[in-house]
Amino acid sequence: MERKTVNVTIDGRSLDVEERSTILLAAREFGMHIPTLCYMDDLSPYGGCRLCIVEISNNGGKPFMDTSCTHEVREGMVIQTKSPRVIRARKMLAELLVASAPNVKMAQDIAARMGLLKVRFPMEDNRCILCGLCIRMCYEQMDGKALGFVGRGMGRKVSMPFEVRPDTCRLCRGCDYVCPGVIVPCQGITEPGELCGRCVRIDEIPTCCSMGTFGCFCEKNPL
Amino acid sequence: MDLKSVDLIVDKYQEKRTALISILHDVQDRYRYLPDEALRMVASRLHMDINQIYGVATFYKSFSLVPQGKHSITLCLGTACHVRGGPKILRELKGLLHVEPGQTTADRQFSLNVVNCLGVCAIGPVMMVDRKFYGEMNPIRARRIIEKLNGKRGGVRS
Amino acid sequence: MRKVKSVEDLEKWKKDILAKQKQHEMTVSVCGGTGCQAYECQKVKAAFQKGLTQKGLRERVTLKVTGCPGFCEKGPLVTIYPQNVFYQKVKPEDVPEIISETIQNGRKVDHLLFEDPNAHRRITSADQIPFYRSQMRLLLSRNDLIDPTHIEDYVAVGGYQSLAKALFQMKPIEIIEEIKASGLRGRGGAGYPTGKKWEDCKKESGGTKYVICNCDEGDPGAFMDRALMEGNPHSVLEGMLIGACAIGANKGFIYVRHEYPLAHKNAEIAIQQARKAGLLGENILSSGFDFDVEIAKGGGAFVCGESTALIASIEGRVGEPRSKQIRTVKQGLWGKPTNLNNVETWANVPLIIDKGSKWFSSIGTEKSKGTKIFSLVGKVKNTGLVEVPMGITLKKIIFDIGGGQQDGKRIKAVQTGGPSGGCIPASLFDLSVDFDSLSQAGSMMGSGGMIVMDEGTCMVDVAKYFVHFLQEESCGKCLPCREGLKRMGEILDRITEGKGNDEDLSLLEELAEVVADTSLCGLGKTAPNPVLSALRYFRPEFEAHVHEKRCPAGVCTPLIRYSISGTDCTGCGACAKICPTQAIKGEKKQSHLILAEICSKCGSCMDVCKANAVMVQ
Repeated sequence: MERKTVNVTIDGRSLDVEERSTILLAAREFGMHIPTLCYMDDLSPYGGCRLCIVEISNNGGKPFMDTSCTHEVREGMVIQTKSPRVIRARKMLAELLVASAPNVKMAQDIAARMGLLKVRFPMEDNRCILCGLCIRMCYEQMDGKALGFVGRGMGRKVSMPFEVRPDTCRLCRGCDYVCPGVIVPCQGITEPGELCGRCVRIDEIPTCCSMGTFGCFCEKNPL
Repeated sequence: MDLKSVDLIVDKYQEKRTALISILHDVQDRYRYLPDEALRMVASRLHMDINQIYGVATFYKSFSLVPQGKHSITLCLGTACHVRGGPKILRELKGLLHVEPGQTTADRQFSLNVVNCLGVCAIGPVMMVDRKFYGEMNPIRARRIIEKLNGKRGGVRS
Repeated sequence: MRKVKSVEDLEKWKKDILAKQKQHEMTVSVCGGTGCQAYECQKVKAAFQKGLTQKGLRERVTLKVTGCPGFCEKGPLVTIYPQNVFYQKVKPEDVPEIISETIQNGRKVDHLLFEDPNAHRRITSADQIPFYRSQMRLLLSRNDLIDPTHIEDYVAVGGYQSLAKALFQMKPIEIIEEIKASGLRGRGGAGYPTGKKWEDCKKESGGTKYVICNCDEGDPGAFMDRALMEGNPHSVLEGMLIGACAIGANKGFIYVRHEYPLAHKNAEIAIQQARKAGLLGENILSSGFDFDVEIAKGGGAFVCGESTALIASIEGRVGEPRSKQIRTVKQGLWGKPTNLNNVETWANVPLIIDKGSKWFSSIGTEKSKGTKIFSLVGKVKNTGLVEVPMGITLKKIIFDIGGGQQDGKRIKAVQTGGPSGGCIPASLFDLSVDFDSLSQAGSMMGSGGMIVMDEGTCMVDVAKYFVHFLQEESCGKCLPCREGLKRMGEILDRITEGKGNDEDLSLLEELAEVVADTSLCGLGKTAPNPVLSALRYFRPEFEAHVHEKRCPAGVCTPLIRYSISGTDCTGCGACAKICPTQAIKGEKKQSHLILAEICSKCGSCMDVCKANAVMVQ
């Protein structure tokens, strides 16, 4: 079966990539890494964190920036994933992210990978980075229809309707599973030859995270 | 809670999704806020996801999920009104009513809101009290209007 | 009300209406726009009704409540036709005098006429007033002849004739060519060539298509669309009908923001009357063309002025913009090809079809054709709506039409383009106003808001204002807009509190660049403009705040101090009486003193002092 391809240039390399693919997936197919945060395979792309931003030029036109997870490839597109403009943007985005949520490990990882050491903004301590993965997981994969964004701007947050868990929520814990902020606390080696296994036995962890603040490190999950 | 009005409102707009915002405004006019049960009923009648309705109710500034006061004071803080001294009036109102914008006084008499441009910029600064527009405001005039509304109660309790 | 089923019917209707109007000798037009409503024009109208009835003049004199003629500063506005006498600041008590003097005896009531401050003479007709003289009021001139709730008024001035022409004398492709040739560019701010947009939408394969009118007008300080929609909604309907016919759409939506209840009401009345008249609905004028319009209401979100967010709002979703990878003309409302245009853009269409693209393109500059309505507001003498040909200079608008400074403070800048635009300093007031020259100066023409600022305006405060405005209006989806604007706001807050330093200024610029580059939609992409333009032209003000902890304009409260000049104070005590915190002490007839520790810096004392003895440092 022939697959239709288009020719694009990514970081100077001329590549034949699948038609209608996103820049992110096309790049990954050829082993090129673009950092992401709110993207997850098998969930629809969102384009909210903007970390996967790249510089795009169509037909020699003026280059513009857009997220690679949402932007589809087109014949003749020229893409830069590591130009100075892109690196500058990603570094600042990482700085903004980690200033907002310094205790979310994923945010720290991303900042570290950018080589970021100094944060020039007063730090807060949000545990939810508003990536929307939990919502997409709930709707697209688990059909729980229990989560949504409420509010606007800086007051935006993830919530269940009227802050009450609806009947359609089956406590599947899919939201916890995809949340970059939730880390299942590990107790390491419990017995010689045995691992603590909490991450495997996820149903044993208290269900507070499905109803309260997402990604919180509550007292029931000491770290 | 009597939800018959909600049914009638949805009927009036022929169950159109494009009229969602109009429906919610009518519901809010009827109950002075958007009660949970009313929102659930709207979602069910329009065959829309409850998360979407709740999201819409919390996204747009004109909706309130908590009961509003008897008098609604809306101060315009558009650029023209700002440049002509809008913030001073806001400070005066905050001091007088002891609430922040978006809140209602404890005696449920006044709700203070700010809006980003009412479109009557030429006569700014503008304040809207219960759908009536007042132009060329200043802190003194604003205070007088509130005091008049408060009548003989002698001061605003909050 | 009549139902017209053909072009001949329409012609006859017009003739009949004009004949009926001739029976009345005079018309009294009272402006019913929201601005004049705030000045209680309803009471003026009621006074006329009472007075005219009392004197038995109702048969001879028509009383009309019309749309906004634009000179809101001087409202309530009353114009008497055919004498063309223009009265301003009319109070209900003045009405009996107007009736007895002007209407019954043909004399003018001098104290209600506009007084030219330079020539010290009273001017009778609006078109002689400096505010109006330099304007070219193609769109707004009909506002004071038309009662928006009477479709007959619109028909009488030639309304829906352009529609007839478009339906019967032109092919859809010819309509589009005419709009293209006219050079009309979108009046909502982006200035995209309207003809090209229509053409792109038409090209999409057949099936359902939509046309939308954007009446969200969220730019603070702008109210052009309000005046058009309140005052002449039929002109917008006619434009949409013509556009829909050209593109192949049969359904349209008018999205009116929640804060414009009168515009909503008048648009609704206009639609119902147009339907009754057979100008909306099926087989319009027996042409075989069907078209109807529905009004969708906004909920209070500036971001819904952005086309994809607006469309989401109509669909019953939150106003979250989407990437414009696939343009709305290809996939818009419910995924169908959608042509979205601003109110003013639609209102220009009937004029172009009527008078031709050659006429339209003879007005304006090479790349910016036609007229533009601006809302001239802020620290300027004559505020209101100004319609001028493109290419006019800022100086002409602000000084000739606007009358220059008020309060004796020198004008130092003008803000154009709302929160997506920037400020232009007085030194550049010779710039011509069109789509391109203002962008080069770091601002943009935008939807038409023009906010004049004088020495009493702090440019750092203005930058802070816009950032906080956008913070509140951001939908919150993407990180750079949500967090970036928040951090920019924090920095500007600290600078205005005297806690800023040099690193803050460079961090501000760095943030601005990334927010502009990485934001998802136009709101975020243009958010840094006000800050960057303020830094570009007024850097010394920023530096004064940072290095000297001083606010040169005397606005930023933590950095200013109110005091009373000992030499000027008359000791009248008015300030002490009004002071909300009782911070002013002094004996009668003796110089008063403000206690800085208790002073809340509300400025009321300055407002009441007749001796101008209160100073701000």
